[in-house]
Amino acid sequence: MDEILDGLTQIDCDILVIGGGTAGPMAALKAKRKNPEANVVLLDKANVKRSGAISMGMDGLNNSVIPGYATPEQYTKEITIANDGICDQAAVYRYAQECYGIIQELDEFGIRFQKDQNGEYDVKKVHHIGTYVLPMPNGDTVKKALYRQLRKARINIINRFMATRLLTGEGRVAGAICVNTRTAEFLVVRAKAVIMGLGAAGRLGLPTSGYLYGTYENASNSGEGYAMAYHAGAGLANLECYQINPLIKDYNGPACAYVAGPMGGYTANAKGERFIECDYWSGQMMQEFFDELQGGKGPVYLKLNHLAEETIAEIERVLHIVERPTRGHFHEGRGTDYRKQMIEMHISEIGFCSGHSASGVFVDEHARTTIPGLYAAGDMANVPHNYMLGAFTNGAFAGLDAADFINDVDYASFDEGEVEAERTRVLAPTKREDGIPPNQIEYKTRRLVNDYLQPPKVTAKMELAQQRFEEVREDMETGMYARDAHELMRALEASTILDCAEMAASASMFRTESRWGLYHNRVEYERDDDNWFCHTILTKGADGQPVHKKQDVKPYVVEIAEDEKDAYYKQRVDPSSVAAE
Amino acid sequence: MPLAQTATTVPVVVDDDLCIADKGCTVCVDVCPLDVLRIAVKDDGTKTAYMKYDECWYCMPCEADCPTDAVTVNLPYLLK
Ligand SMILES: Cc1cc2nc3c(=O)[nH]c(=O)nc-3n(C[C@H](O)[C@H](O)[C@H](O)COP(=O)(O)OP(=O)(O)OC[C@H]3O[C@@H](n4cnc5c(N)ncnc54)[C@H](O)[C@@H]3O)c2cc1C
Ligand code: SF4
Ligand code: SF4
Repeated sequence: MDEILDGLTQIDCDILVIGGGTAGPMAALKAKRKNPEANVVLLDKANVKRSGAISMGMDGLNNSVIPGYATPEQYTKEITIANDGICDQAAVYRYAQECYGIIQELDEFGIRFQKDQNGEYDVKKVHHIGTYVLPMPNGDTVKKALYRQLRKARINIINRFMATRLLTGEGRVAGAICVNTRTAEFLVVRAKAVIMGLGAAGRLGLPTSGYLYGTYENASNSGEGYAMAYHAGAGLANLECYQINPLIKDYNGPACAYVAGPMGGYTANAKGERFIECDYWSGQMMQEFFDELQGGKGPVYLKLNHLAEETIAEIERVLHIVERPTRGHFHEGRGTDYRKQMIEMHISEIGFCSGHSASGVFVDEHARTTIPGLYAAGDMANVPHNYMLGAFTNGAFAGLDAADFINDVDYASFDEGEVEAERTRVLAPTKREDGIPPNQIEYKTRRLVNDYLQPPKVTAKMELAQQRFEEVREDMETGMYARDAHELMRALEASTILDCAEMAASASMFRTESRWGLYHNRVEYERDDDNWFCHTILTKGADGQPVHKKQDVKPYVVEIAEDEKDAYYKQRVDPSSVAAE
Repeated sequence: MPLAQTATTVPVVVDDDLCIADKGCTVCVDVCPLDVLRIAVKDDGTKTAYMKYDECWYCMPCEADCPTDAVTVNLPYLLK
């Protein structure tokens, strides 16, 4: 294994789904059910059985809209406010209307959701305004349940192939070029429609631990979705709205206010005082976190040590078993116990992920990108605050729409030269006698991301970042060296990460205002609704560099009253009320 | 530029006595999202799984899915 082989195979399918994590499997299932004759291929860099963010399971649905607890109108309003108004509501509203149906389907797959004594869904309030968090007591079974459905539906699964570039022709998508991660052999997949669910750009900033894989996101999500869409000419929206999360320091996993919050846990400063009213992740909340640290009141902690033994045992039962089960080992190794100590948190490195913020490949309410036949869903598409249920639901929309799209088209022809050019690009690091290993290219890129792009954003620093990225690119293109197929996968990821870093800098430079709290805090500029109440769309220019344009926010479906617009900026706890805690 | 031989510890440990790679098992290698595990031939000619690349998300499918409980996932040294 890992020896580099020379090979190229071409296959045809009706619908190619890239990424078998969360959105991808649901897209494949929906497409196949709607169009049973269609040949649906689900391709993943890892193994669909255990790939993606939900590899081990999930603690709950963070953003469910369940009748009796919330309405689609309320949810759409909340997400619009959390995104400082920059939101095409149609996609959020459709999600809010249809996600309950997806919950019922997941229930039928055998994934259980918490119910109260009356058999009603036991939804918890974590968000600033509404109630949307639904725990999953057997959240560790999600991936298995999905996999069973994929087998049953006879979806063709291809594991351990990494997609590197999309093919286009006749003004629409034509397929994708993929590389085997264990042999470096090529697979060209012709398809009438392509659905992308490649997850977040999780290896963009460098974790403070210095460990390249010590990320919040599943570290196999290195951002190919964004890079592939970019190189194919699709539009990417609001990339300057970074993902930055409040995490357990060093472990870099979620502190999980979503689990602990409803049971009485909260984010506290060094004195153990609550300083934010709401632990739901948003740029405005992260700004308060940042301010607390700047004000010398840190470190910031997850506080549970005031809770009763049975509550803590229950929290441990969830947090140490389901989503990130090594979390218990981590606390044990540190000698930290929720009963005795508060748990130190920190501000994460940056990434792209609409699952938690808003940036990504631009899509509409059908998960269509700006390229006909090309869809995107989940963390890489720009529907804000997607989370897991958003990945499932928007994945479903993509699958349903693609199932119709393929009825009216044949394969688009593409330029064979593109495949040859991609082979040359991909294999270049294997043709050298020695050189710079991918891990050093990656480390340097990500270290520069931390040094120059981590907010607060400063123009002169971002300009330096752009210069340094150019130097790294030169080194990468002339000197990167891979000894086997596995290292070649890392080399391809290093190039993706550099693409994403350049997009992050460029998008942040374009929007000359501050917005979304810490996510796009540009210290030289105030928020400027007159000039910047709009999306920014990044595409690849003729010279190969990013170009930007402003795009209007579509008229709202659900109106937001003037006095509600800034609700997410009212996070700070009134100091006089703390004593009563 | 020539390469160095800098050493690094890996977080995942396989108990050779429990591992049944010799009987054809490759479960942990198959499920790992980061694809960092491989099967090695030991001095006595039998096979065992091991961590080949220090690129671990400490996520645990390898440990959870191993049929003989041969895998232990520790935290990578840099962040433990
Ligand atoms: C630690 C953690 C905890 C979370 N907790 C919660 C929670 O409690 N509740 C909640 O609602 N949400 C939670 N989320 C968010 C939620 O899990 C994600 O939003 C959702 O799973 C994203 O789905 P996705 O399909 O976009 O990406 P993923 O499920 O990550 O899938 C991406 C897939 O793409 C594949 N891939 C990547 N690159 C390539 C390539 N080049 N070629 C081929 N395949 C590729 C990957 O292998 C992977 O299978 C959490 C996320 C994380 C990381
Ligand atoms: S899954 Fe367990 S038994 Fe199988 S190869 Fe891996 S360590 Fe050995
Ligand atoms: S913990 Fe996860 S990344 Fe590490 S070896 Fe096991 S499966 Fe692979």
